[in-house]
This record gives sequence, C-alpha cells and structure tokens, in this order.
Amino acid sequence: MKSAVTITVNGEPRTAEVEPRTLLVHLLREHLNLTGTHVGCDTSNCGACTVWLDGEAVKSCTLLAVQANGREVTTIEGISENGDLHPMQRAFHEHHALQCGYCTPGMVMTAIKLLEANPAPTDAEIRHGLEGNLCRCTGYENIVAAVRAASGVTV
Amino acid sequence: MIPRAFAYERPASVADAVGLLRRHGDGARVIAGGHSLLPMMKLRLAAPETLIDIGGISSLRGISDMGSHIVIGALTRHVDVAESDLVRSACPVLAQAAASIGDLQVRNRGTIGGSLAQADPHGDLPTVLLALDGEVSAEGPDGMRTIAATDLFLGLLTTSLRPDEILTGVRVPKAPKGAYVKFNRRSQDWAIVGVAAVVDGSSARIALTGVGPAPVRADAAERAFSGGNAAEAAELAAEGLDPPADSAGSADYRRHLARVLTRRALEEASSG
Amino acid sequence: MATTAEHAKGIGVAALRKEDRKFLTGRGRFVDDLKLPGMLHMAIVRSQFPHADITRIDTAAAAAMPGVTAVLTGDDLEFAAGVPCASNPTGDMVHPVRPPLAKGRVRHVGEPIAVVIAGDRYAARDAADAVEVSYAELPAALDVEAALADGAPKVHEELDSNVALVLTHRTDGVDDAFSKAEVVVEHTIRNQRLIHVPIETRGVVADWNTANDDLVVYSSTQVPHFLRTFLAIVCGVSEAKVRAIAPDVGGGFGSKLNAYAEEFIAAAASRKVGAPVKWIEERSEAMLATCHGRAQVAHMQLAATKDGKVLGMRAHYVQDYGSYLQMLTPLISQLTFLMSPGAYAIPEVDVKVTNVYTNTVPTDALRGAGRPEATHAIERMMDILARELGMSRTEVRRRNFPVEFPFTTAIGLMYDSGDYAKTLDRLLELSDDKETFERRRTEAAARGKLLGRGLSTWVEVCGFVPSDVARNALGLTPGGWESSTVRMHPTGKITVITGTSPHGQGHATSWSQIVETELGVPFDDIEVIHGDTAFAPYGLGTYGSRSVAVGGTAVHLAASKVRDKARLVAAQMLEASPDDLDFEGGAFAVKGSPDKRTTIQEVAFRAWQAFGMPEGVTPGLDETVFFDPPNCVFPFGAHGCEVEVDRETGKVEITGYIAVDDCGNVINPMIVAGQVHGGVVHGIGQALYEIAEYDSGGQLVTGTLVDYLIPSAADVPHIETHRTVTPSPTNPLGVKGIGEAGTIAASPAVVSAVCDALGVRDLDMPLQPETVWNAIQKGGAA
Repeated sequence: MKSAVTITVNGEPRTAEVEPRTLLVHLLREHLNLTGTHVGCDTSNCGACTVWLDGEAVKSCTLLAVQANGREVTTIEGISENGDLHPMQRAFHEHHALQCGYCTPGMVMTAIKLLEANPAPTDAEIRHGLEGNLCRCTGYENIVAAVRAASGVTV
Repeated sequence: MIPRAFAYERPASVADAVGLLRRHGDGARVIAGGHSLLPMMKLRLAAPETLIDIGGISSLRGISDMGSHIVIGALTRHVDVAESDLVRSACPVLAQAAASIGDLQVRNRGTIGGSLAQADPHGDLPTVLLALDGEVSAEGPDGMRTIAATDLFLGLLTTSLRPDEILTGVRVPKAPKGAYVKFNRRSQDWAIVGVAAVVDGSSARIALTGVGPAPVRADAAERAFSGGNAAEAAELAAEGLDPPADSAGSADYRRHLARVLTRRALEEASSG
Repeated sequence: MATTAEHAKGIGVAALRKEDRKFLTGRGRFVDDLKLPGMLHMAIVRSQFPHADITRIDTAAAAAMPGVTAVLTGDDLEFAAGVPCASNPTGDMVHPVRPPLAKGRVRHVGEPIAVVIAGDRYAARDAADAVEVSYAELPAALDVEAALADGAPKVHEELDSNVALVLTHRTDGVDDAFSKAEVVVEHTIRNQRLIHVPIETRGVVADWNTANDDLVVYSSTQVPHFLRTFLAIVCGVSEAKVRAIAPDVGGGFGSKLNAYAEEFIAAAASRKVGAPVKWIEERSEAMLATCHGRAQVAHMQLAATKDGKVLGMRAHYVQDYGSYLQMLTPLISQLTFLMSPGAYAIPEVDVKVTNVYTNTVPTDALRGAGRPEATHAIERMMDILARELGMSRTEVRRRNFPVEFPFTTAIGLMYDSGDYAKTLDRLLELSDDKETFERRRTEAAARGKLLGRGLSTWVEVCGFVPSDVARNALGLTPGGWESSTVRMHPTGKITVITGTSPHGQGHATSWSQIVETELGVPFDDIEVIHGDTAFAPYGLGTYGSRSVAVGGTAVHLAASKVRDKARLVAAQMLEASPDDLDFEGGAFAVKGSPDKRTTIQEVAFRAWQAFGMPEGVTPGLDETVFFDPPNCVFPFGAHGCEVEVDRETGKVEITGYIAVDDCGNVINPMIVAGQVHGGVVHGIGQALYEIAEYDSGGQLVTGTLVDYLIPSAADVPHIETHRTVTPSPTNPLGVKGIGEAGTIAASPAVVSAVCDALGVRDLDMPLQPETVWNAIQKGGAA
C-alpha cells in the first residue's frame, strides 16, 4: 500500500510514492536518481550508504523512507558549496584517500560529521570515528591523513 | 536486503501505539530506531505484518535529573545518552556503554528503549541496567507499570514486556563509580563478553553479557567483593555460567573473559 | 626527460588523480547506477544444499505474483557452452561442465537454480522466495579431508575421484640434500579460505536487442574483453555482436576476474524476455556465491646446514578447488607451486600440488592469487628454521638470498632483477636495534602486554604474462599481452585507449603521466578510455599486478610510435632530416637552430590535414601497440611488523608496520603507496580477522559482514611505506607491479610478530584472540 512521503533532500522538497518497506537508500537512488549514495552490504556494517538526516550521519539502508517523512536529508550530491568541493572532498583528493570510489561518499559524509563533533581529533579518534565505514582499497592510511588535514591539525 | 511487505502505522501517542498493538496482535512489531529490527527484516529473519513506528512520540525522548535517579525516555538515542553531561558525570557506566555501541551512525539512530526491548544476548545496555538495578516503565492497555531489571530479561531476545506493552522509559540510580568493559575483535562488533560493574563503597553489582541467552548478575563475585579486592572477587565471575560456544569464542574462553573483564571493570569502577 | 612546467605531471610525479572528482561528488557510474528504458530486474533462486539433485522446480506461484514478467529455469534458457575455465596446467586436465543455471544437480550451497525477472527489485525478491524447489539430498564432501577419504562422495561423477589435478616438480638432488642435511624442519601451514568483499558487490545489466541480436552487457568486471569473448561462446552469439562494458567498478581484488554464471544468465534472460535485465548481488548473496580464495594447506620441509643454508625443500600443497572450475581456478595453486621457494636460492626442491573438489563455492584468484600462500608458507618455515638453529630470523634469510640476477629458481622461474639484501637492510635501518627492542619488550611485559616483532622478505611473480609462458608453462587459454592506442586529435589533445581495466588503481592518471613524459603533452590534455570493448582493440584486463608492467608499457610504446611518426612529419614541416631534430618540451626543433621548431600539437594538425606528407607516411597520429612481455616481473621487499598481545585476552594489536618495497621504477609514487597500504591491510585482515567457514551441513556460517570480519580503520595500524628502486629489465619503463605485494608480504609478517611475542613456533591464521590465548596458555611449547 503506497503512500506519499515528502523529504527535503539537499535543500529541495521532494515527494515520492513509496511502499512502507522502501528503504531510504532506495528512495534516494531509484526514485530521486541520486545515485551517489551506495549500497555495500545488507547488515548495516559497511556505511557506504551514509547520509545526513537532520544533519546527523545515519545509514540510509537501515531507515525506511517513511521514517524520513517530513525531515531533511543531505546526500553526497548536496555538500558541495557553489559547485566547489567541500573542504573534506578536497582533502580526500589531495591525500589520495580514495581508489575505487565506492565507499567514498559514505566515508566523506561520516568524516565531515566526525570533525563537527570533534574538531581536533587524534588519529586514534579519527580511526574510531570511522569504524562504521568500511574500505577495502585504501587500507585507511590516506583517509586518516585526509581527515587530519581537513581538521587543520598538523602532525 | 529487501524486507517483506508490511503495513505501517505512525501513532502520535503511546495510547495509540498500545491500541495498535492490541488490534494487530502477533503480527505487529514496534519500531523505534530500527537498528535491531530492520537488519533482521532485510535478511527476512523477521517479517511483521504491521510495523508500529513510535519514533514520532516526542514525549518518549529526554533525559531528566530526578535527584537520586536519572530518568531517560525510551526513544532517547545512544548518542544522546553517551554525550549527556548528566549521564557522564552521574552514571558514567551507562554513558560508557552507550558510547561503545556499534558506530557513530548506529548511535545516531539506536534507542535505549529499543536496545532494552530487543534483549540481545550480547547487548550492552541490558547489562548495564542489570548492574545498576535499574528499572523500566511500560505502558499497556491496563496502564503503566514498572519492571525491575532483574525481572525484565527472561531469555534469548525475550523480555517480560507483554505483547501489547510499550517500553516507555528507563530509570537508573546515580552511580558515580561504574565501568563497562567490552571485549570484541573489531571495533564495531557486538561484545563477545561484556561486563558492567558498579561499585558502592564495599559492595559491587556486576552484570555480564555474552555469557548466555540473557545478561546475568555475577552473584558469587558480588558476594566476594568487599571493596579493593577486585582480583579475588573476579575469580568467581564465571560461577554458575553456562556460556555458549561459537566462532567468536568457546565456553571456556568466555568464562575466562568473564573473570578477566570483571576484574578490569571492578578496578576501573573503583578508581572512578 | 625534461622537467619544465609543461612536464609537471610526467613519470615519477605524485600527480593527484583525474578519477577523483566524479567519485568524490557521487557522480561515478557503477553498474547499479545504470537505468535503461524498459529495464527489468533479476533475482536468483539458489541451492539450499551442498549436494543434491533437483527433483522439482515449481514456478507457478512466483510467476503469478505482481510485477513478475518471467520465472526461468535451466530448461528455459539455452546456452551453447558451460561456464568457462581458461586454465589447464597440464593440458589434459578434465574440465567438468558447469551449466550457468543448474540442470539436475547442484554442487554447492548458493548455486543458481532459477531466476525471477520482474519490474522492480522488490517484486523480484518477493517472487524469488515463492519459487519452490524440491531436492533429493546427496552426501556431500564438505572439506578436502572428507573429499579425499575412502568412499568419499564424488563432486563430479564422471571423474575417478575428487582429485582434480596433481602437479609435481622434483630436482634430482633433493633426496640427497635431505639425507645430507644437518637439520630438517617440518611444519604444516594453513592458508584459510577467504572472501574478497569488495565494497561493491557484483552486478550486471544485460541488454539483448532481439531486433538485430546485438548484446550489450555492463558488468562490474575486471575483464570486459574476456567477458565479451565468453558471452559469445556461452550464449551462442557472434562475438562481433557483443559489447561488454565495465562501468566504474567498486573494487575487485580478483573476485571480478572471472566470467560468472550470473553474467550469462542475465544475458540469456534479456534475450528471452526482450528487455534489458539488471541483476545486483546482495551482500549475503555475494558471500555465498562469488568465488572464494585461498583455502590451501602446505606441508613443508626444509633441509639445511647448521649454519642456516637451505639445501632443499619439500612442499606439498593441498588446494580446495570448491565444486567447479571457474575461469582461473587451477592457476592459483599452480602459482603457489611456482613461487614455492620464495625469495631464496634453494637448490633442490620436491614440490607437489594436489587439487581437490569439494561441495563448496569454487575458489579462484584473491589478491595475490597463489603467491600469498607460497610466501606465507616459506616465510613461516624460515622463522621455524631460525628458531631451530638458534639463529636470527634476518640472518637465516640473508644467508639464502640469491645474489646474481636474473636468477632462475629450482622450479624454473627466472626472477628478473632484485636486491633482497637491500630492502632487508633498509627495513633494519628503520627498525629498533635488538637492545632497544628487548628493553621495550620488558617494559611492555610490566603493562601486561607481550611485545613481539616479525618480518617477511618476499618476492612475487606478476606482470602476467608472456604469451609463450601462458601457453607452455601455465596452460592458459589466452595469452598475456596488452594493447594500447594513443591517438592525437587535430586540436592537439590525446585519447589513450587501454586494454587494462582499472577499478581503483588510477590508470587514467598513471597512463596520462606516461604519455606526458613521452610526448610532452600536458597531463590535462590526455584522456584515458578503458573498460569498453567497443573501444580497445582487445584488453586482457586488470589483475595479477600486470597493468603497469604490461599495459603501461603498451601505452608507452604506442606513445613512442606516435612520437616517432610525428618526428617524420615535423621533419617535413621544418624541411630538415628527422635525425637533425631534437624533441624536448613537446616540440621538435632543428639541432643548432632552436627557433626552427614546431610543437607536437602543430604536427598533429598537419598530420590530420595530410597534405605534402613524407613518402610512406600515412595521415594522422594514431598508433596501436600490442605488447607481449618477454618475462613476468618480480617485485620484492621486506616488511616488518610489531605487535602487542594482551596476555590475558590474547587480543593482538599491531603497534607498528613498516613496508620496504621495490617495484622498480614508479610512475606515480602516491598511487604506489596507496596500493601498498591497501594490500597490507588486506593481508592484516587475513592474519587477524578473516575466515570463511562452512558448517557440517555445508552452510556458510560467515555469511554476512557481521560474521565475516573485514577490518575498519579502528582495527588496523598506521602503515609506513618506503621504497628502493631496482628497475626491471623486462620492459622499457623498468616497472614492476605492486597491487598485490602488500597482501603477499603482510600475513607472514604479522604471524611472525605474534609468534615472536608468544615465543611459539607457529600459529594458524586468523589469529583470533582465543587462538592466541590458547597458545599463551600452552606456554610456548608448540
């Protein structure tokens, strides 16, 4: 039994007809064609699907679209400012913090929130903060370097 | 990855939620943060016909200072418990346990009520509630009642909540000297064994998770503790345990972890 | 090579990647991002049993469900051939046929039996649950031991037993070496079954245009051209009508170095229903049904003098193939076999591989593909030998390094270049001296931690592969060459078409750097196309750390040909002899008259106009090269690892990791370091966390990312990387591969460290806390 949900996505109100079981990640990818948010697992481990719900990092595969009704969602497509890369995206680029790029949107979304909550983290705190985002390519070394650089903390 | 179809209700009040539970009976499940239930539904290990989403009932959110106790609404998220100044100072074992759950994203959604109602055999918050001798409030068609932690966790994923009751809140005593020690292989994992210890002068309350179908109190270790003898008391932490064996650990290893982690939890709690 | 501003991003520069922007902004195009008009979704019904006959498939209920277009079984889809295996090490190995959709018998849990085609993926998934399959269960051989036992159930009835293939190689003096030896050490080393877990699972969009029988298949693959060829063979269609495209691919690690049943099924289904069909693998499906890796046991013996000189080695590897041969299944243990002596000049060897079928998911290439198994085994043996002799682990290795290169091992592989002492020395320079370390060990013990350190000195074979070797030594069906086209457009920009198929390795960046160096054209004016069979002449794809050594060389050679041709045209333009021209900074100039010059862009324009061309020179600047490497390449190095073990729980924390690697010349040091980081962490995953396990009913116990533990950033250490440079003589760039090196080196380095911490002889991976704790309890006597 479908119903309409209205979610403000990247600043724009968007409406879609969804089943109650439609996962938020599928609403974003299939209904709204925002394919930057990725699916990497089915047990809420990998974090590739991370978006912001009312400004907080969540795994969009573990949310029903109906649970986000009336709320604000920001995806990777929504974080650039005036077409410029967000400082975290720039840091990832400058530090080679991505290889295949599949985990990258989720990683960036989490990393930004990590720094918002803890603006000058130690490397251990960065690593701990990213425990919900799995990467198989980079070995995390350059991701940690990128987040450290984005925090402005010099080592 | 894809749950079976279900009907969805979003009640505006606890009374409405209870009414829906009554109406739909066995086929209904309550959902809050969804981080216990949705993963099971996506693997099709659970397939409720109706989901009752209590996430919009804002009265169920919040942390209040009640003098000797802290009251926490069932929908209060792990991140909020972990970062609450009140909880961190007055009941640090609870903040510590909440901070250890899953990862940042999971803590932004998971709720204390959901965690307690789920009663996962590796769960962190049920263990802490037990060690604190806390209680939960529940509302059903006959009204409200409180359930002591010792009466709440009956067995594997089973609580004494009735099918038409909603867990509405948690009440824990302030306990400045407490610690939660969680042992796992990877940072985001469930506990293999976890120990919550609350020290009050020369007595301790100790609860363990991962050692059976439900969290348990380490009665023998508690009786042996006389303040300052953490190592001696911890030797008895595995008394009466019949831990499971699986790929994360054998029964013997779990007993051993119970002893080691109990000592560490008592030491940390005592120094707090 | 000039280093003007124009050449700012040539070979050797840590150029930031061109690939990044689209990935950072969520504008990659992975296969699940593709939506074709009228596209339908496929869900797969898979075997619940490890070995059974299918007695009935009832599709009626599923077919009647909303949104369902068709439910198809092995009887509904026509295939001209089975799932391909391109590896036959002896040339006479029997390849059992595997139909893409099981017909009659299933041989592992997860084998595809039927598919649902529906309008959306939710409907497809619901209907898949409604397909009823009845089975007559058969006894199953769930592991190698069971498969080799007397009276074991046969995985393939037409074969005499479950032994698929045996390879042996024995030098004449090996028995003598063992009888003369002053010491013989013996051990069995287990290399556990692993699952690749790229963060993007497999996926296909197959679009069979039944009007003209054209087939386009988008697949998350490492080998689009192989896929095209196999689609033609298996689906029975002209290869000229097939186009295979690897869109952006979210990691492979060997799991996508294959041609899978699902790819053929999707294509055939698309033809059947007359619409594009998409299949995206769910993660728990991927754990169950994508090929696994490793699953090998090594029974090893070393014969040595009491001074630590190894006189001989006996190695018997037993490999679990799983239930079917996938594309390169037999090659993997064959590579272990070939690399069995590791970084050591062992004069006499007796090496055997026994390969066994079991009722489990097939095994195939997983990052390192046979070489981690070989390195792990020989490195453990060197530690064990050192312990037996009371010698230092570094000294016993040093004593056995080959010194003169090229070096041909007793197995017959010719290692191209190397200086193993150099990387070991560098590692030792970077590490604490013995006194300092022992002081730290004592201090750690006071904190309840067992401090240990270990190392591995590794060499590996990559840059696959000379075509003669592929055929004669390895028994591979395809050759090992690579192609590249370098095309300069009239307006001076360049398109590079490569047959490599990157999925994170940064080829667009690295190949642009090669071309910038060769042609002096700025990095930003160069575009690299890959992954589409409509463009590249033919590419053998990306795997086996081959891309830079073979593919990069092809790019370099094609660019050189462009430059050579441009020189002829420039000479015409400048009215000079080609030999009288210098080429520098992207321009040709007459020697001694530097004002008489023309840029290569101007030459390209002229070549396009094509008037007054020199005799015999054709229009345009467009060159294609097929490069067949004369040898594999052999990167090498030394890795050091330090651990602290919690003596009460057995939990291992890696407190330091240093990688010293030599992959010859390097195109982009930033990309190379990134490959080492990722490779090392993958090896750490194997050493500490990962194992794929089946239960006694043949069900995969580690079927989700909850139970199969791939590490997060919080679970792995900082990795320090260093390099030495010993160029390869095998290709003009002097490059070797690096993508798998970290994985090959890391698992033995970690195990070496933990064994040192505990004072034990060896430990089986993964070093789970309980495993380590048990060893501590035993008191180091093992």
